[in-house]
Amino acid sequence: MDNFISRIFSKEPSSADKARERLRLVLINDRTDLSSDALESLKDDLLDVISRYIKIDAKSMRINITQDGRQQRLIADIPIAGPISRKY
Amino acid sequence: MSAKVITITSGKGGVGKTTAIANIGAALASKGQKVACIDADIGLRNLDVVMGLENRIVYDLVDVVEGRCRLNQAMIKDKHIPDLYLIPTAQTRDKTAVSPTDMIRLCNELRSDLDWILIDSPAGIERGFKNAIAPADEVIVITNPEVSAVRDADRIIGIVEAEEKGTPRLLINRLDTEMVKQNDMLSADDVVDLLAIHLLGIVPEDKAVIISTNKGTPIALDTNSLAGQAYHNIARRLLGENVPLLDLDKSSGFFNRISSVFGSGEK
Ligand SMILES: Nc1ncnc2c1ncn2[C@@H]1O[C@H](COP(=O)(O)OP(=O)(O)O)[C@@H](O)[C@H]1O
Ligand SMILES: [Mg+2]
Repeated sequence: MDNFISRIFSKEPSSADKARERLRLVLINDRTDLSSDALESLKDDLLDVISRYIKIDAKSMRINITQDGRQQRLIADIPIAGPISRKY
Repeated sequence: MSAKVITITSGKGGVGKTTAIANIGAALASKGQKVACIDADIGLRNLDVVMGLENRIVYDLVDVVEGRCRLNQAMIKDKHIPDLYLIPTAQTRDKTAVSPTDMIRLCNELRSDLDWILIDSPAGIERGFKNAIAPADEVIVITNPEVSAVRDADRIIGIVEAEEKGTPRLLINRLDTEMVKQNDMLSADDVVDLLAIHLLGIVPEDKAVIISTNKGTPIALDTNSLAGQAYHNIARRLLGENVPLLDLDKSSGFFNRISSVFGSGEK
């Protein structure tokens, strides 16, 4: 109960919140066999490829794996900054 | 009659498979169903003591498979409920004594005579697990609301799907309502959201389970206990009834406040 009271007055997430968040990430890793390092380099590679065709706002791009039922999805949200100036 | 074969399995050990088999078996049989429980956990015989039948064993699963006895000679009749039987496992160390094909053949031989065949699987992904799920018409995965158990459950669900046994249904065992209220335990909703499979039932943490197991009398025979009621509800859901989830909150007017189980697993 002490734990409960003190939590009301603090911003610390509860142990159940922590468990939920840790499991969410671990399950994505387990299911996709993709570590967070590998996901980072996937992002970098993706960025390279796309930048060859179009100018993108790399700072605000978001690439995440999300869960849709038991299906994992790779979701990329990449703001376009403008066309690459073509040199003819 | 043509029995439905249900295998209860888990990723992590000790989450409550054997207890669930004994109690769901007892609950189904108490509703007039003819049930055989098979212990497929070779080398770690347990279902016999949980059902209180350890003194009646003459023949076991391996004796049947190796032809040392007829199938019905290895079926031990329950002490408490008519039409409930146990086929005990062997204590041999050789887990390859039984193959998945043996299990399929054995269940096919039993089917015509029974309503339900419940198979107690070992935890994990070894040979024993393969044996246990081979004859299954449906697989139930059991977990506790706890990080490592949920993680391992997710692995097992993936493997059951890969073995083309369909998506298993989920049984959450040892949920402690007080801890959930204090935000110190994953709630049933959390676990269902994470694993994304259909929820078959929730069994609360209940000291009465350990006490009844001490005596070799399944808690399902005590319909005053919360866990006993939970197992009965699970049995009724297996029989196709729409039974709402138990209100596990002992402080709020017992089982009156109910919330629906239906659809929650399919989000
Ligand atoms: N709902 C429950 N409440 C309290 N104790 C439980 C509950 N379910 C199982 N147990 C206890 O947990 C332990 C492991 O259960 P068991 O059924 O043997 O697990 P498994 O077959 O998965 O290894 C046993 O001591 C059992 O009595
Ligand atoms: Mg067991």
